[in-house]
Amino acid sequence: MKNRGTGIAIGHYPTGQNGGGDPSQAMVKIQPDGSAVLTVGSCDLGQGCKTILAQMAAEVLGMEYEQVKVINHSVDNTPMSSGSYASRVTYVDGKATVEAAENAREILFQVAGEILEASPSDLIIENGKVFVKGDRKRFKTISKIVEVATYEKHKQVVGLGHFMKDFSKPDPETGECDPFCTLSWGVSFAEVEVDTDTGEVEVLRFVSYYDAGKAINPMLVEGQIQGGSVMGLGAALMEDLHPYYPNIEHQPDNLSDYSIPTTMDIPDFEALIYECPSTEGPYGAKGIGELSANYPSPAIINAIHDAIGVWLTELPASPEKVLRALESQ
Amino acid sequence: MTLKVVGQNVLRYDGLAHVTGETHFADDVIIPGTLTVKVLRSPVSKGKIMNLDIRAAMSVPGVASVITADDVPCNGYGHIPDQPVLVEEMVRYKGEPIVAVAAVDEDTAIEALEKIQLGIEEEEPVFDHIQAMMPDAPKVRPEGNIHMFGKYPFRQVKFGDIDAGFREADVIIENTYRHPSLEHAQLEPMVSQAVPEAGGKLTVYTVSQAPHFHLEELYGILKVKKNNVSGKHWITEKGSRTGQGLEFGDINFIGGTVGGGFGGKNDMHADHITALLALKSGQPCKWRWTREEDLLYSTYRGCWYITIKDGVKKDGRIVARKIKTIRESGAYASSNPHVVEHNIFNSTGPYFIPNVHSRGYCVYTNKPPASSMRGFGLTPSTFATEVQANKIASELSMDPWEFRFKNVYRNGDLTSTGSKLDSVALIEMMQTLAEKTGVTLPDRLKQMSSAKRGGNSI
Repeated sequence: MKNRGTGIAIGHYPTGQNGGGDPSQAMVKIQPDGSAVLTVGSCDLGQGCKTILAQMAAEVLGMEYEQVKVINHSVDNTPMSSGSYASRVTYVDGKATVEAAENAREILFQVAGEILEASPSDLIIENGKVFVKGDRKRFKTISKIVEVATYEKHKQVVGLGHFMKDFSKPDPETGECDPFCTLSWGVSFAEVEVDTDTGEVEVLRFVSYYDAGKAINPMLVEGQIQGGSVMGLGAALMEDLHPYYPNIEHQPDNLSDYSIPTTMDIPDFEALIYECPSTEGPYGAKGIGELSANYPSPAIINAIHDAIGVWLTELPASPEKVLRALESQ
Repeated sequence: MTLKVVGQNVLRYDGLAHVTGETHFADDVIIPGTLTVKVLRSPVSKGKIMNLDIRAAMSVPGVASVITADDVPCNGYGHIPDQPVLVEEMVRYKGEPIVAVAAVDEDTAIEALEKIQLGIEEEEPVFDHIQAMMPDAPKVRPEGNIHMFGKYPFRQVKFGDIDAGFREADVIIENTYRHPSLEHAQLEPMVSQAVPEAGGKLTVYTVSQAPHFHLEELYGILKVKKNNVSGKHWITEKGSRTGQGLEFGDINFIGGTVGGGFGGKNDMHADHITALLALKSGQPCKWRWTREEDLLYSTYRGCWYITIKDGVKKDGRIVARKIKTIRESGAYASSNPHVVEHNIFNSTGPYFIPNVHSRGYCVYTNKPPASSMRGFGLTPSTFATEVQANKIASELSMDPWEFRFKNVYRNGDLTSTGSKLDSVALIEMMQTLAEKTGVTLPDRLKQMSSAKRGGNSI
């Protein structure tokens, strides 16, 4: 018999290293052609941090995204970063990048102010040019300003940025501390079909709705949600590194025995983005990297209960576990 | 503020290069004359090395360098740092590296490994972290199997008055949940290539997720201190490529474009061994883990047991929560104490619970070290708290949506660690999710918001 059921799971995820104390820094150099080089120490693991950091720098500098080159490959040549983990790069590197770009922009405004005989605070930057507010005819190209800065004003157009949430030491008795930059939120819905003869669980529909604060690049956020959901689906139904725990003799040593979901296993997925801006994050952004992996398991387990009336308290919901739970019902 | 670039679906920066195969990942760096690294791993889970003879391996033609614990200046790394680069005397997990070989090719390296004489007096291991907590359990480490957080064998959170909370409760609901160990299964396995450069410098091509952090860790292993003020005399004094007189700044890590990590590359897996071999042999050395090695011996999400005891009012409000969570750490600390902290600090789930007492234990076993993985302690706690939420709702014959609306965080709420929340949106998100999935919520839930408790609370 095949029974259908639905389930939900919700939650939160902290942005930044637990407890804080994890700096990231950034450097923005304006090039002679009016483009920019952004240098950061964090890694692009496929999550797309080069893309979104370039977007933030371009936004501050009034440039096209394509005009920002991102350098992150060499520890010698990049400013400090704690690394790409803890859902921290969009927020922490993002803040450092925005600050670095603002500082570079400040130098452009100072030099442009001297050329245009205007106060730096009366200047705006857009489309590769610095304008005097309210007068579209008084402007200089960024390229020209860099030339004047370099060859006349003895100035380097480089901006530096730094962000770190101060380390918060937990009280050993109460655990009291301030351990995160901000929280992002997630809610998920699963619909499953359980075959009570074979114990197989098929996920028919999975809806993920996640708070990115501000999606710097919505398509990449969706990618993170999709990827996390697939990982969560694997945890819910398929994966166990020590299937005969605590015995390690049968630990899978290849990806045929340790099966993770392939494209053929992916159900009807919907990835939706909510934007509840963080108070301090760059453009209101929050970390999105990790939380998306957390909700498929409980949502699917709750849906299985709705379908066949049994609670599974151990993952994964393998056919064997489902059948045993049905038998002991 | 009108945003022009932020919020746009611009093309992924390196997307085209990735899908056309143009991107250079660590394994794509070809340096002529690079030696192949292979490592002799322990065949047993626990034991004492009684005899180790590498002479025959060293004399295999084509073998450039063989290193043991004796060749590691400071043989301890990691967050604590408690993990040896190469086993000194006590083997603590099956697969633990004991000897590393650099040779002209893979066959020669494997032949050299086969010639190593290794005698281990096997001891009784412990694999189950619950069993490992028992007083008479075999000791993974001499100081005991339970990690000490300062003076306590646990990290704890105490918020409100737990006893008063339970007295106030109408129903007590207690359940234990188990989350198994999981592998990151990232596309790119561990790879490292260390290349000696002119003037005694060294470049390491790495897959690290945290190269700045790992470079400092490598300096620690090489006993290179940050406060070396003797000056940089490398141009005149070094010249050799033996790594003698190595100073802070002499090593560079190249990476930053990584083929997936999911937390699996927050720990140094290969860079220390290639660096040591390159410094000793003076030749470029590359170690590429096989998929088998990656699955068996790289870090992973350790197994968890989470027991939640909730005191709940008949109207569905959770008024007290007691949690005991036990995390398997494997043989070394790695990031596991932090994972436990992260779990314990967030153990209420997304719910405001006025009285909380949670304790998290980190327990050593004779398995490879577990460590960070996407979700870092919240993956198991979310599984536990969200299934628990439905169990409570079921026990009270309440709709699971309504149960959540009643308990979720709102703006101004305190977490159990005392952080005051802002930018909370769970109620609004649940309202939209219900709409999108065809669930009809009663009006009283539709009218709620994440605004501060009080006016619209139920």
